[in-house]
Amino acid sequence: MELVVFVFAAAMILVGGLGVVLRSHPVHAALSLILTLFGVAVMFVSQQAHFLAAVQVIVYAGAIVVLFLFVIMLLGVDRTEDIKTEPFKVQRPLAVIVGLGVTGLVTAAVITSRDVVATRGAGIIEPAMTDPDSNIRQLSRSVFGDYVVAFEVTSVLLVVAVVGTVLLTRKMKPASKESQ
Amino acid sequence: MSALIAAATPTTTWYLVLAAVLFGIGTVGVLVRRNPLVMFMCIELMLNAVNLTFVALAKRLGDIGGQTTVFFVMVVAAAEVVVGLGIIVSIMRKRPGANVDDISALKG
Repeated sequence: MELVVFVFAAAMILVGGLGVVLRSHPVHAALSLILTLFGVAVMFVSQQAHFLAAVQVIVYAGAIVVLFLFVIMLLGVDRTEDIKTEPFKVQRPLAVIVGLGVTGLVTAAVITSRDVVATRGAGIIEPAMTDPDSNIRQLSRSVFGDYVVAFEVTSVLLVVAVVGTVLLTRKMKPASKESQ
Repeated sequence: MSALIAAATPTTTWYLVLAAVLFGIGTVGVLVRRNPLVMFMCIELMLNAVNLTFVALAKRLGDIGGQTTVFFVMVVAAAEVVVGLGIIVSIMRKRPGANVDDISALKG
């Protein structure tokens, strides 16, 4: 059963990932990204990260991809891009070599060290029918306990990002241009 | 055959290799594509590959810290997308239809 879930979710992830890279239409690429994100959410569930799976669907597939689509429509770049022509002839082969190299090196590292990693933490509590919210409770104890300072700094980061984006995209008035 | 399928349960290594492949796809996408929006999507692919690695190792090591890290990575990714798309919008407003080669000099 777990194998079936893995195979289907892996197919979703890989098809979606290849779709993002290969589809020439930006909207199709964004929709392929949604497929990948849902596949990753399924993987999160099968790895006992239920809360993160929900956040993945809500934040990534719900907010970030909608933001992408919104910008695509706003800028009017929703037309097919010509990806047949390549200004630098060597770039594509080099990119494929780099990609295969990264993948190969990481895979080799994973396979050679697969027996080295050992359980050392307290363990992740698997949710049961009697205790369905154990993952959320365990995660929140970690976020609001050990990492509460990082959590607070994150809120500062979000405020800075929002204010900065508003300033970046605001149309400058002619009067304020002279004062710069 | 069915016994073979029943015996083959996905281990952490499978998840890590899958994440490595997804990271490679994202790398190739960033290097090959010219549309800044699609390059951003490829960066999201790479972030998701790393998130999958964190979650798989959190299960393997029995440490909830991996899932906490993914939580923070998601927040930072959201902030990064917001700022990046803001920059792209303000560039595209001045030069409609620009790709990354046209704006390589970064002189508004």
